[in-house]
Amino acid sequence: MTLETTTNTNQGKPQIISLSSDDFAVAEKNTGTQVLSRPSLSYWKDAWIRLKKNKQSIVALVTVILVVLATLFGPLLYQVDPAEQVMGRVSEGPSFGKHVTVIDDSSNFKDTILEGVEASPTFEAAKLEAATTFELTQPASSQGVALKWSPVKGASGYAIYRATEKPTVVTNLGVPITEITAGNQVTYLDNYDLKEKHYFYSVIAKNVEEAPTFKTLEVRLTEGILLTDAQSIDPNAKIGDSVKIPAKPFGTDALGRDLLSRLISGGRVSLFIGFFAPFLSVLIGVAVGGISGYFGGKTDNWIMRFTDFVMALPFLLFMILFKVVFGAGPGEDGIGPMLVSLVALSWTGPTRLTRGQILQLRESEFVQASRLLGAKPLYLIFRHLLPNTLGVILVSLTFSIPSAIFTEAFLSFIGMGVAPPTASWGSMCNDGVKSFLTTPHEFIFPAAIIAIVVLAFNILGDGLRDALDPKMRSIE
Amino acid sequence: MLRYVIKRLFSGLLTVYFIATVTFLAMHFVPGDPITGGKARSPEIRKNLEQKYGLDKPVSVQYVIYIKNMLKGDFGISYTQQNRSVNDIIRAHFPVSATLGIFAILICTSVGIVMGSLAGVYRGRAIDKWGTFAVLIGISVPSFVFAVFGQYLITEINKFTGSTFLPVGGWGTFKHMVLPAIVLELSTLAFLTRLMRSSLLEVVNQDYIRTAKAKGLPQLRIFFSHELRNAILPVITFLGPAIAAITTGGFVVEYVFAIPGLGQYFVQAVQQLDYTVIMGLTVFYGAFLVFMVILVDIIYGLIDPRISLSKA
Repeated sequence: MTLETTTNTNQGKPQIISLSSDDFAVAEKNTGTQVLSRPSLSYWKDAWIRLKKNKQSIVALVTVILVVLATLFGPLLYQVDPAEQVMGRVSEGPSFGKHVTVIDDSSNFKDTILEGVEASPTFEAAKLEAATTFELTQPASSQGVALKWSPVKGASGYAIYRATEKPTVVTNLGVPITEITAGNQVTYLDNYDLKEKHYFYSVIAKNVEEAPTFKTLEVRLTEGILLTDAQSIDPNAKIGDSVKIPAKPFGTDALGRDLLSRLISGGRVSLFIGFFAPFLSVLIGVAVGGISGYFGGKTDNWIMRFTDFVMALPFLLFMILFKVVFGAGPGEDGIGPMLVSLVALSWTGPTRLTRGQILQLRESEFVQASRLLGAKPLYLIFRHLLPNTLGVILVSLTFSIPSAIFTEAFLSFIGMGVAPPTASWGSMCNDGVKSFLTTPHEFIFPAAIIAIVVLAFNILGDGLRDALDPKMRSIE
Repeated sequence: MLRYVIKRLFSGLLTVYFIATVTFLAMHFVPGDPITGGKARSPEIRKNLEQKYGLDKPVSVQYVIYIKNMLKGDFGISYTQQNRSVNDIIRAHFPVSATLGIFAILICTSVGIVMGSLAGVYRGRAIDKWGTFAVLIGISVPSFVFAVFGQYLITEINKFTGSTFLPVGGWGTFKHMVLPAIVLELSTLAFLTRLMRSSLLEVVNQDYIRTAKAKGLPQLRIFFSHELRNAILPVITFLGPAIAAITTGGFVVEYVFAIPGLGQYFVQAVQQLDYTVIMGLTVFYGAFLVFMVILVDIIYGLIDPRISLSKA
């Protein structure tokens, strides 16, 4: 079929163009000119690539994952009861399955009372002499030092002193350990707060006043284990044997509880609060902020006024107050109240953030276009508004995790947090700080783990912010 | 200007009222009561005590009395410390917390601005990198850890010199204040340094800085009268929240250093369920913080010519 048509040219003369049906054939698809040179990246893929380039953030991410895995699966690998108290192993430093000598139970120790020696003679103290011998009756260990000395003529008693440096004068013999009030008792078992160190014991005879001279014994303590404790590890253990005791990689605390297993179970508490409180706050925040931002007007006004009020509450003050209100009854661990109080006070941040984002996005072109095409509010919210706020919210979540961990630690440190015997990193710091000068490991380990985890989250948060929100990228 | 101030003060009062109400309600939901206090008391004594503290009246009446008294500035009498009024406690112990707080704020703003400026001016150099690292540590280590290590360090120095270089606890002289104040402001200092640095970096890229350079102004002049002046403004806005953080952060520091401040009293009152002291101190602290923030905002408006308070 041919068709003839007339068009007007500038000359005004009609001109005839002939068109064939070929001219109306469907054009071939023009391929080849617009091939994408790179694979299309979704927002999240793009962010992940950017995050991967940031070495610090990856290290932080790995640290966080390792700590979380350790607290989740640690109890399967390290099966030590965190609440078990071993009284023979109090405030021990880190050790890895060492061998210790079995010594007799202190209940089997009998004081030697000499016969034929007067218990309370009358004698001038200034003329008292020093004991001629001063020795150990069994190997000295951290479980006890059994001392024996020769009786002094005219003594009505003895005083035992203990020092960590060799005493030279009678006025400086160290810590008074005991006073014996009989001249014929010549033994003593010292098991007061012994460490595996050098000690200098001094014995000084007494008769009302102390003698002018003394006898010193230098003792190096090895680590010992009491017979009954040893028999619970190895039923065949005898006095003088060497027994391998369980490793304590992080040492023990002042009640003889294993520090590693307490760190793991404490980590469960600290991280549970650290993750769930911000997570719940964000959930509430997204819901409330979303409603406020999307509907605007009066609703928005009232909600925002209310958040302003909640934000004005002094945080730590009300944290303590609410914790008391939602109180922990006797025997409860106090984790629930802590979580509720944290959420009740920290939902305002995410709310404001979400509202701001939604307000901004609501007026953006792509949302208007979608609305023009007939999108319903719910579709708009879930398809366009929320996914686009997710990045910013995720960043704020990452930053609020360390602050939640911090809050828990602070409160537990001043004794307003989780209730004992439940451990958390903060309460472990509180327990450990009391003996910081003598056994610093009890404080340093929990404090270090808080610092490491919080540091990791802060670095990760910085990295995520740079990766997810290039606009907010911190200026380098 | 005046309208803005009045408006802010009014909303501040409203906030304080809100704080007071929340505290009142919270305290009446607390399980247990302060009168029992671990001791068995006969019904007669109980009744007398309830009458003395007005606990026999219905909650709504108690609330009205409480708000009325508060308006008069009367916070009531402590339950656990016989006949000591809450006002008395505040008068005796708030100056301690406030002195410590002001000293801490002074340290952290001055040091923070200097450190942040140095990091910003020498960005990418060693001082910046170490500064950024120090800031991260400052943000990530809990203040009680700094407190404990600080005490330990000072103890060792004292032992080494054989004299008391600085006391490690207690209260009384200026020397007592140094260590707690340093510990108290460390995390705020870290935030301020970071803020100052990024704010300075933003200013450096502005057109007016280029203009100043093109005019041939000396480096120092550009820094002090153009860069610093503009970069310092966000730092001032941060001061409101910083005061809040430092005053409430005082709990931990006062606990570690045995300082007789208000924070310690608050913690003690909570442990003993001393209603009136808890309510009084919460409202007092709340009001203090709210008005501090307002004050900082007003000062900010006065300093920054771009912000016109009358329009706000």
